[in-house]
Amino acid sequence: MDKKIRVLIAKPGLDGHDRGAKVVARGLRDAGMEVIYTGLRQTPEEIVKAAIQEDVDVIGLSILSGAHMSICRKVLELMEQYNFHVPVFVGGIIPPDDAEQLLKMGIAAVFGPGTPISEIVKKVQEVVGQGVA
Amino acid sequence: MEKKWKDFVNSEIETILSLAERINEKNQLALARAITLIENNPELIFHVEEKYKDTLTKNSSHIVGFTGSPGAGKSTLTDAYVVKLRSEGKKVGIIAVDPSSPFTGGALLGDRIRMKRHFTDDNVFIRSMGSRGNVGGLNDAVFGVITLYKLYGFDYIIIETVGAGQSEVDIAYVADTVVLVLSPAAGDEIQLMKAGIMEIADIFVINKSDLEGAHVLKVNLEMVLQFSESSKPIVLTVATSGKGIEELHREIENHKIKLKDTGEINERAKRRIKKHAEVIINKGIAEILSNQNLTDAVQVSEVVRDVIAKFCQKQSRVGEKS
Repeated sequence: MDKKIRVLIAKPGLDGHDRGAKVVARGLRDAGMEVIYTGLRQTPEEIVKAAIQEDVDVIGLSILSGAHMSICRKVLELMEQYNFHVPVFVGGIIPPDDAEQLLKMGIAAVFGPGTPISEIVKKVQEVVGQGVA
Repeated sequence: MEKKWKDFVNSEIETILSLAERINEKNQLALARAITLIENNPELIFHVEEKYKDTLTKNSSHIVGFTGSPGAGKSTLTDAYVVKLRSEGKKVGIIAVDPSSPFTGGALLGDRIRMKRHFTDDNVFIRSMGSRGNVGGLNDAVFGVITLYKLYGFDYIIIETVGAGQSEVDIAYVADTVVLVLSPAAGDEIQLMKAGIMEIADIFVINKSDLEGAHVLKVNLEMVLQFSESSKPIVLTVATSGKGIEELHREIENHKIKLKDTGEINERAKRRIKKHAEVIINKGIAEILSNQNLTDAVQVSEVVRDVIAKFCQKQSRVGEKS
């Protein structure tokens, strides 16, 4: 039977600008995915636990506050700790040097402002396809 | 080809059974995985039900359904009710259903956002589901998820339906206690007299009762309820502040006791089993029918016979274990 791609979109940290997260959530929905949106001001612990219970295929983090390095590290650590392994995407204001670091750290993709939704959709499908096989 | 198909089915059965074993040991990763499997193939649950028959009869979870129109406050009310249940040390499993797109199949599942304070509580498990073509306000897999939740050992299972209009009443066949959430300014007393969703409530909640019109709604509802013999409780709540939640909890407990005393709890369980069978049969039939190549204006009776034959064939194959 048809398996739906499930995505958790979360906003860690303290900034309150979630328009980007909403646009992405809506775009993935329109691409036929089930998107769980958990809203503002989430801690890494909350995000990882939600992702586990929802058994998502991908986690998308929207970060505009500049705290991306420490948040992403913590999220990846917790995923390791709970033995939950899915690709993590990051979107937001991420300087190019940091983006490189994040990818090295184990983040699957980094999307900056202006990224077309179609590109994110394609990337999710690509990564999930690899994960499942 | 045939062999391969069988191998695939067998490996899925093995997977669900090994997950079930870990669910029984309170492993949430396994529970989450198993739900995904059941969601994609609801019939797999039969194998779990068979193997854990004794455990499942022993674990009695009370199933509470929250239904009502979009934005009435079902998720927020669930959140507040869970706070109350947790203060009594109860373990809670939640199923929150939101609509899937009829065009793309995608869904935005946003009920969880109201339940943030329970995210890191290991005794609260929240699962969001898309309705995936089900039009009764639920998802075809809820029956299977209930079984998995019972296996895990939740004391309470809360099911939140999609935002319901007037005729999404499937929750009545699934829950032990149905709570209908209303809010002020949603119509006059004629709306309350209509058939459908108004009939399935065991408890009425008027949420957002701090808004104008709440008391008028209560008076109208009382009047309408007097038309019938039944006396159903009406609870006024403000879910965001927790007002009225104590009373709601008390009414749910009262209803739970009443169900046990009158033996109706068994009737509700039977109703649930029957609905589960109905959902699986309908789904199977619909699937076969959609793959049928109907080019001519064929006799309906011919199609019916053919589809049923195919369904029986498929079921007997699923029944085989090796």
